[in-house]
Amino acid sequence: MTKDRPIIELNNASFHYQDSKQIAVHNLSLTVEKGEFISVLGHNGSGKSTMAKLLNALFLPSDGQVLVAGIDTAGEDAQWDVRRHCGMVFQNPDNQMVATVVEEDVAFGLENLGVAPSEIRRRVDEALEMVGMQDFASRQPHMLSGGQKQRIAIAGVLAMRPDVIVFDEATAMLDPSGRRDVLQIVRRLNKDEGITIIWITHFMTEATLADRVAVMNKGELVMQGTPKQIFTQVDKLDQYGLDVPPMTDLAKQLRDAGMELPEGILSVDEMVVELCRLK
Amino acid sequence: MLGNITLGQFFPGDSLIHRMDPRAKLVLTIALIVAVFVAKGFLSYAVVFAFILMTAMISQISLKLIIRAIRPILFIVALTFVLNMFFSSGGNVIFQWAFMTITDQGLQMASYMAIRLVLLVMGTQLLTLTTSPIALTDGIESLLRPLSKIGFPAHELAMMMSIALRFIPTLMEEADKIMKAQMARGADFESGNLIQRAKSMVPLLVPLFVSAFRRADELALAMEARCYRGGEHRTRMKVLHFTQIDLGAAICLALLIAVVVLLPM
Repeated sequence: MTKDRPIIELNNASFHYQDSKQIAVHNLSLTVEKGEFISVLGHNGSGKSTMAKLLNALFLPSDGQVLVAGIDTAGEDAQWDVRRHCGMVFQNPDNQMVATVVEEDVAFGLENLGVAPSEIRRRVDEALEMVGMQDFASRQPHMLSGGQKQRIAIAGVLAMRPDVIVFDEATAMLDPSGRRDVLQIVRRLNKDEGITIIWITHFMTEATLADRVAVMNKGELVMQGTPKQIFTQVDKLDQYGLDVPPMTDLAKQLRDAGMELPEGILSVDEMVVELCRLK
Repeated sequence: MLGNITLGQFFPGDSLIHRMDPRAKLVLTIALIVAVFVAKGFLSYAVVFAFILMTAMISQISLKLIIRAIRPILFIVALTFVLNMFFSSGGNVIFQWAFMTITDQGLQMASYMAIRLVLLVMGTQLLTLTTSPIALTDGIESLLRPLSKIGFPAHELAMMMSIALRFIPTLMEEADKIMKAQMARGADFESGNLIQRAKSMVPLLVPLFVSAFRRADELALAMEARCYRGGEHRTRMKVLHFTQIDLGAAICLALLIAVVVLLPM
């Protein structure tokens, strides 16, 4: 594998569920570079979760090809290698914890890989520290908050040292403070550890943090670009059943009312800067 | 309500008994049960009782906890005693009224049975009080592993047990939520006779089951995503080790059985 090769390549990948004729995702083509933070948006049933499952061989494409770290997910016995390279954090924090003790749960993936006990110990401690949960190592999962459980789930994936982590609406069930904690950790992992992040969400404000945004609608990839490029196309987003971030929306309304604000305002900070410049 | 759930009533501690290998504890508990059944006569029971007391003292678990375990089975103990008292024949008649006779041998038999039951519960109680459910599961898996050669699903059994332990609090929390939701809509879980009350559980159980299946589905996906593929080639973070404590405990139990066997009736 050369270094410049994209970590994830979807080449015209399609997938349809066996029991329905409807195609869940259709002709997806997307490449993700190593170290990128890409956000995937789409309303319910747009196929974003299906795409996530294609990425770590939980689903195999019925047409086309999915390559993770250069490995074809449909290859024989490829799924274990693929899953080691591409970890996944799911939406419901409760339904992805296996063990009755936090550190045992973090160790679960490594135990499955057959790593030696002393190495597991080392990596579990390291992963727990990375998500700031080292003090909770011997707690029981049901005593933790949703955000803490999600951090444990991240640690469980981190311990396996993946290149990519896919977050499938990982903050959807969390309260605001839990969501903030998880996002902070994810951004740090992306910046400091160089882990590629695929962040699936329907929260627009979260999507603005990404390097690149991809929008899905009815199983197809309909828009791709930087957050600024995407969120300035308010009408097009509306057509796909998506809102724009609150500040972008406010900027548009102010612009319609006659104020001279530029396009592409995504965050409160940017809004403050632009408003102060008005004088 | 959920903050203080103690699964399998494990009582954390750091005594010699707590530090024993769960496998050793399991095997030695079985040996203790054997000792209870081998023992004949009040003197041997006294010896076994003293042994259990001594173990409890070493484990620093208060006697209250161990005695509390007997309470739920008091009825069974009493029933066993009464049945054995009336239906054992032989020996001298002490008391006779209508069709009921009590003989001295019957009375002795009944006392033996009752004492055995109490000792049995106390002995096994020590195991669950000093061993965390997860250690217990590991111990069972490890002890049963040789059987997997003949197709016994040792790893699967242990995995099922630990997942069940993991989800008991989650499902209880959910049951609580559903119950409150149904009560808010006028459901009544408390009044009526037994059948009515059983019927009123339906709106609680149906959503609970549906959700349990959904959870199982998602958990299976999450486990697969973390490369779970059964027990083969799997390693564990915590490896079980026999220590000298286990050896000491084994010698103690061997001595106990020897004493019990050698003691006269």
